Amino acid sequence: MQPFRFDLCELPGETEGLREEIRAFLAEELPRIPKATRAQTWSGSDAAFSRKMGAKGWIGMTWPKQYGGHERSFFDRYVMLEEMLAAGAPVGAHWIGDRQSGPLLLRFGTEEQRRKILPRVAKGECYFCIGMSEPDSGSDLAATRTRADKVDGGYKVNGTKLWTSGAHTAHYMIGLFRTNLDPQNKHAGLTQFLVDLKNTDGITIRPIKDLAGNAHFNEVVFQDAFVPDGMMVGTEGGGWGQVTAELAFERSGPERYLSSFLLMVEMIRELEKRGGAEGACEIGRLVAHLVTLRQMSLSVAGMLEKGENPALEASVVKDLGAIFEQDMPVRAHELLGIEPMVGEGSDYEQVLGYLTQTVPSFSLRGGTREILRGIIARGLGLR
Amino acid sequence: MNELQTILSDSVNGLLAERVTKTLVQKAEEGEFPAALWNEAEANGLTRVLVPEADGGAGGTWADAAIVLKAAGEHVAPLPLADALLANWFLATAGIEVPEGVTTLLDGDFTLDGGKLSGEASRVSFGRNARYGVAIAKGVVVLVSLDGAEIEHGINVAREPRDRVVLRGAAATAKKAPLPANAMRLYGALIRACQMAGALGYLSSQSVAYANERTQFGKPIGKFQAIQQQLAVLSTQAAACGVITDHACAQADKRGHDAVFEIAAAKIRVDDASSIATSIAHQVHGAIGFTYEHGLHFATRRLWSWRAEFGAGREWAEELGRETIAAGAGALWPRVTAR
Repeated sequence: MQPFRFDLCELPGETEGLREEIRAFLAEELPRIPKATRAQTWSGSDAAFSRKMGAKGWIGMTWPKQYGGHERSFFDRYVMLEEMLAAGAPVGAHWIGDRQSGPLLLRFGTEEQRRKILPRVAKGECYFCIGMSEPDSGSDLAATRTRADKVDGGYKVNGTKLWTSGAHTAHYMIGLFRTNLDPQNKHAGLTQFLVDLKNTDGITIRPIKDLAGNAHFNEVVFQDAFVPDGMMVGTEGGGWGQVTAELAFERSGPERYLSSFLLMVEMIRELEKRGGAEGACEIGRLVAHLVTLRQMSLSVAGMLEKGENPALEASVVKDLGAIFEQDMPVRAHELLGIEPMVGEGSDYEQVLGYLTQTVPSFSLRGGTREILRGIIARGLGLR
Repeated sequence: MNELQTILSDSVNGLLAERVTKTLVQKAEEGEFPAALWNEAEANGLTRVLVPEADGGAGGTWADAAIVLKAAGEHVAPLPLADALLANWFLATAGIEVPEGVTTLLDGDFTLDGGKLSGEASRVSFGRNARYGVAIAKGVVVLVSLDGAEIEHGINVAREPRDRVVLRGAAATAKKAPLPANAMRLYGALIRACQMAGALGYLSSQSVAYANERTQFGKPIGKFQAIQQQLAVLSTQAAACGVITDHACAQADKRGHDAVFEIAAAKIRVDDASSIATSIAHQVHGAIGFTYEHGLHFATRRLWSWRAEFGAGREWAEELGRETIAAGAGALWPRVTAR
């Protein structure tokens, strides 16, 4: 017996109207953006684009209207996500707030936090980053050392968060800090806080260049940074459980298999020019894997819609999805043998240049391959 | 699962789990056809899932059939259960009465002349054991008795009969049917893909069970991360195949013969997975899994045979790839989402 449940899930017919609406919008908006930039999709930040999406009602789609949401189904949201990703829309600015920080606040946040922040997120004006990893706490999240010590009216935060994507553009961080240390139980004593990155003294954000020279992740240093009581999210000491719930959202979306999709499109465009049957076999295989991953991803979306917890299934899709995404530049190289380029060259060359250098991160971000497989092994009853 | 699916699942899994023992499969490999098991499977309606109720079948869908097909693969049943299920669907589609007895597919070149069928098919599944064969000749479904047919024995690497069947003017029942020219290969790929998905699920669960039993260095080998990571990969491959074959069956129900896109994707995907999964399953089982005595190979040898039948993944990939490139880069995403 397999421990996973992947029931088939067909998108309801009424989502097709939305799909057409989104395609028309993208046909207007995207041609001005170079393909190499579009290849960044959900890593590419474009505040103007996010505001346009907010105006369309495509951020916070499933949230209650009283918090600026649109009370649409998870399926509508799924269609929006996959259309944005497949087209290479620069959705990175609002991505984390829409995907996980907003839902986190809806579930665990205070009424004041929700009223103050969520409507701005839904408008595409307010962005989030996730303060989980630290210099000595990567995959071992429970090793978190950044401290939040109780002081009058709030907490004093000291420590360093690392690899924080988007901290340099984000308005808020959802930080996981240690409010208590029990050496016997590392998972206890962790608490989530909402941190106002733009209006708090004692926070230094230093961008870290990645191997390609791009700066999208950061080191965030807290030195006696004061976070008021009202900014705690959920319960004190309840951070581990809340983060685990959040990770199900973080790992479950179509961005976990579509990050290299633009390269697949450009590969086909190159092969089109060559004519004949060259590369047909390789492209056919990629299509088969793409179709399979989409059905698996949809199945997870169906579980979310039903209010079930697809944490295990999401790990399966993310692991398989990362293999597919990382395989894309390898297949492209084997098939076409064209050198990847940066800053110059054809669309194909530049998309290849970006993705060749970026794909190693796909099995690191949001849970490494090894951590995911450990989760799967636990699901199999091996741990 | 709906009511019919629950009944089918209980029926096929109950029957095969109990009756397909290692001894039974070994005897089948030595040439002893499990006729009693066939009779029970037939009596339980497992070969008539796709035959309308009015014609004595279950009136099921491909989604229902998938349950039987996957079980046949999972339990390595040495019977042409899948082949008969498809052959009977061809017959029902043509309005030909489905006969009792072992029925198999004749995938070959045949000509029908005055109600007599001539031609030959190579690699016929359980040809020597079959009482009837079903062929498709120029859009006409043909039912023919194999009594008196010339049969040359052959086997696949799983030691399943794959015989050459030659017919010379055999009396036949023939009726035109609304089937595409490639019906035999198309639906043959679907039934094999489903069987393979079942066998892959078996490899996954069997390998996990073995890793929890086998002790080395003072603990079950499944406690070692190196093994856990491999088993995680095996299980995700099996899961992917479960999904894509379910999807292909659902689309066959929804779109009929136009489900070629999904059926091709399914055969390609399970072919890819079978290479990865058989390798991991054997690695986890160590030397014992490489012996004839241990039953693991009943599944792995079937996968190595089936993946090349009714078009290997590579062949389907080339077709799917050609269409994809011809339709153009811009058509890829709309095509994928339109399904």
